[in-house]
Amino acid sequence: MKSKTVMSRRDFLKTGAVLGGGLVLGLYLPHGTALATEPPDGTFAPNAFIRIGTDGSVTFIDNKSEMGQGIYTALPMIVAEELEVDPAIIRVEPAPVAPAYNHALWGIQVTGGSTSVRTEWQRLAEAGAAAREMLLAAAAAEWGVKPADCRAENGWVIHPATSRRLAYGALATAAARLMPPKQVTLKPPAAYKVIGTRVPRLDTPAKVHGTALFGLDVTLPGMLTAVVARPPVFGARATRIREDGALKIPGIQRVVPIDTGVAVVADTLPTALKGRAALEIQWDEGPLAQLDSDRQRQQYAAMAKKPGAVAASRGDADATLEKAEKRLEAVYTLPYLAHAPMEPLNCVASVRPDGCDIWVGTQMQTGDRDAAAKITGLAKEKINLRTMLLGGGFGRRAVPDSHFTREAVQVSKAVGRPVKVVWTREDDIHGGWYRPASYNALVAGLDKAGRPIAWKHRIVCQSIALGSPFEAAMVKNGVDDTSVEGAADSPYEVPNFHCDYHMAPTGVPVLWWRSVGHSFTAFVVESFLDELAHAAGQDPYQYRRGLLAGHPRHRGVLDLAAAKAGWGAPLPPGRSRGIAVHESFGSFVAQVAEVSVGNRGEIRVHRVVCAVDCGRLVNPEIIAAQMESGIAFGLSAALHSAITFKNGRVEQHNFNDYQVLRLREMPVVETHIVSSGEAPGGIGEPGVPPIAPAVANAVFAATGARLRELPMTPERVQEATKRG
Amino acid sequence: MKKITFMVNGTSHAFTGDPEMPLLWYLRDELQLTGTKFGCGQGLCGACTVHLDGEAVRSCITPMKLVAGKKVVTIEGLGASGDHPLQKAWRELEVPQCGYCQSGQLMQAAALLRDTPRPSDREIDEAMAGNLCRCGTYQRIRQGIKRAAGVKS
Repeated sequence: MKSKTVMSRRDFLKTGAVLGGGLVLGLYLPHGTALATEPPDGTFAPNAFIRIGTDGSVTFIDNKSEMGQGIYTALPMIVAEELEVDPAIIRVEPAPVAPAYNHALWGIQVTGGSTSVRTEWQRLAEAGAAAREMLLAAAAAEWGVKPADCRAENGWVIHPATSRRLAYGALATAAARLMPPKQVTLKPPAAYKVIGTRVPRLDTPAKVHGTALFGLDVTLPGMLTAVVARPPVFGARATRIREDGALKIPGIQRVVPIDTGVAVVADTLPTALKGRAALEIQWDEGPLAQLDSDRQRQQYAAMAKKPGAVAASRGDADATLEKAEKRLEAVYTLPYLAHAPMEPLNCVASVRPDGCDIWVGTQMQTGDRDAAAKITGLAKEKINLRTMLLGGGFGRRAVPDSHFTREAVQVSKAVGRPVKVVWTREDDIHGGWYRPASYNALVAGLDKAGRPIAWKHRIVCQSIALGSPFEAAMVKNGVDDTSVEGAADSPYEVPNFHCDYHMAPTGVPVLWWRSVGHSFTAFVVESFLDELAHAAGQDPYQYRRGLLAGHPRHRGVLDLAAAKAGWGAPLPPGRSRGIAVHESFGSFVAQVAEVSVGNRGEIRVHRVVCAVDCGRLVNPEIIAAQMESGIAFGLSAALHSAITFKNGRVEQHNFNDYQVLRLREMPVVETHIVSSGEAPGGIGEPGVPPIAPAVANAVFAATGARLRELPMTPERVQEATKRG
Repeated sequence: MKKITFMVNGTSHAFTGDPEMPLLWYLRDELQLTGTKFGCGQGLCGACTVHLDGEAVRSCITPMKLVAGKKVVTIEGLGASGDHPLQKAWRELEVPQCGYCQSGQLMQAAALLRDTPRPSDREIDEAMAGNLCRCGTYQRIRQGIKRAAGVKS
C-alpha cells in the first residue's frame, strides 16, 4: 500500500514516539556550553531545559526556533504540566548549540518537518518531572518527611499533613545539590491541567508592543552592514569586478568577494545598497543562462513520456487500464515558489581571533555553527550562535548549506568587525531555494460501477535532497521521498497502482517549502480524484468516503468537515463547495471551501471549514491559528504566487509581482478538532495541502472548469471555462 | 547640511544627514526603534507603517526631508504601555504568529480607527489591503479591529 521510501520515514517517526519510557536520558548539557545569560549562583538547573531561580523565576531553554508556529508556548506548556507551575510565569530563552538540544531523531539541532511537539513531548515532560521530583526531595529533606507524603502545586511543595509549604524559589539552592532521579513517572492525560487548554501564547505581548527582537533588530557597537550582489543567473560566476564607483561613495567601507557573490560593506544599509548599485560585475552566466519556464515545462513533459524510478507499485495498472470501462488522463503542473517570509533573510556575525558570535533567525543551528567553525578555523565551542525570533520561516531558514549565515561570517572575518548581512526583498525573490516546480501526468481507469481500478501517477520534479547532507537518508533508488510524499502513499483503495518519478535536472536551488512535497501532491491527487468522482457521476465527498474504508482517521476528518460545512445543503446563488482531505506530518486534515467565481474568472473563497486530527494535542488555540495560517499560505499559492524564468532570470521582483494573499481575500475559517488519543501529529504544515484542491474542486462545481495548473489566475479560470 | 527637525513619539529630534534617506532607517538605526520593520523597501508590504501627523505612511519610502516639522508615531509610541484598544484586542485574540508584520498592521489599523471609528468590512478591506502577513493572521486582524472598535464580528 505504501511505498518503501515513505514507510521508512514514517517508521522512524513512530520509533521516536515510543522512545523514552520514563528514563531521563540525554537531558544534560556538556560542561562549558554557554547560555545567553549565565544563571546566578543558587539557580536550580536540573537539566539542559529548565532553570529555577532563588526568586522563583522559571526559565525554559527552548531548542526549537519560534517562527510563528507557537513553539515558544507549546513546549513550555509541556514542561509546566509536569513541573507544576503556571506556564504564564515561564520565561523562554533560546538554546545555545549543543548535543542536548539536537532533534531527537535527526541528530542535529533543527526545527522542521512539523516534528517539534512530536519529538520533544516525552523528554520535556521527563525534564519537568525530574525537576519536580528534586524539588519535592529538597522540601522533604528540609522537613524530615518522605517525598511521597509531599505534593507539588503551582510553584510550591506542600506537606498536606502539616500544612507546611515552600516555594520553588526557596528550594532552588537545596534542589541544586541533589542528583537527578534515574526514572520519573509522568502524569496520565486525565490529570492534565495545562496540556489541552488554551494557554495564551507567551510571545504575544512583545509582538504587540513592538519589543520582540528578530535577527534584523540586532545591533552591535561598531557594526557594519552589508548587502551581497548575487549572480543574476543561478550558477553564474563573477569574472571581473569593478568596485571603484562603489568605493567612492562616502560610507562604503569595503567590497568583499564571498562564496555567494560580492559583498558591499557600509556604515548603513541605504549606503550599502547605493554601493551595490554602483558595482560593475561581469558574469559568466553558465549553463542556466537560457533557462525558460515554458521550455522547462516542455522538457518535463518529454521526460514524463518514459517510465521513471518506481516510488510505489501494486497490482498491474497498465493491464487494468486496457480493460477499464472508462479511462481518464490529465496533466497537473505547479510552479516554483518562494517562501517570502516577511522578515527578509539576515545574519549578524562578529568574528574575532578568539571566537565568533552569531545572531541569526535560523531553523538549523548545528549546520550554521559548523559552517562558521570551518570558515573561521575556530573550534566549534568557540562559535556562539544565538537564535533570534524568526520573522517567518516556512522552511526558508533551514538551509543545508547555511548560506545566509556563511555570508555574514565570511564578511565579518574579512573586515575584522561585526557585520550584519541583509537581504532585500528582491534578493529574497531572486535568491532561489524555491519549492520545486512539478509536472504530473496521471491516468486512471474506472469499472462499470465507477470505482477506480487503476491509477498511474508520474512525477517530474527536482530533488530537494540531492547534493545535500540529507541525500543518503532521503533519496532511495532514484526517488526523493519529498518529491512523491502524498502521492506514492495515497490512501485511496485502488487495487492497481503505480507511482513513478523522474528527477528533473538540477541548477535552480530548491528547498522544503511549508508542507514540502505535500504542497503539490495533495493538489494533484485530490483534484484528479475529484475528476474521477464526477466521471463516475458520484458525489465527491461520498466517493472519497467509499475509497477510504480502511482509513478511519481520513474518514473522521472528512465526515467532520462535511458535516460542519453543511455538505449538500443549498448555498446562496453563485456559490459552490469543494472538498479535499490529506494526511501529512502525522496529522489528518479535511477542508471544505465555499467559493464563487466572478465574470472575469476571479476566484473568491468565502468560507473554509477545516477539520483536523493531530492526535493528542497541546494547545487547541494554536492549532486553530495554524490551520488559519496554513489555509492562507496555501491560498497564496493556489491563487497568486509563481516564480518563473526567462533568459535565465527570475521574472518576479517584490510583492508587486510575487503576489500573496491579502486581508480582503481571507475567507472565514472555522476549525474543528477531532478528539483523539493517537500519537501527536504535526501542526505547522498539515493545514496547507488540502486548500488548493478544495478550492479547485469548488471552482469545478461552480463552473465546470477543471483547473490543473497553479496558480488559478483569472486568465486560467477563463481558459478552463472555455475548454469546458 | 540642512537641519531637519521633527517629533518622534513626543520627543523632538534633529537630523542632518542625507535628506533622501528613508525614515525607516533613521528610526531603526539611529533611534533604535526597531519595532518598525523592513519588509520590502518599496511600500508594498506595510511592515514599516508609522504615523506621520496621524496618517499611516510607509516609512521605507518616506524620505527624511518629508518629515520636517511633523510628528512621527511608531509602534513604541502607539500606547503608553501597550494599552491602545487595538493592542488589547490583539492580545485577547492572540493575533500574532511570527509577529514580524504586526507593528505595521497595528499602526495601519490605528489610523483607520482614528478616521473611521466604526469601520465596515469593506472599509477594513480597503484600509488593510497593503499590509501583508505571510502567517495568515488576517482573520484575527479583522476581528481585532472590530473588537477595538466595538463593532460586532
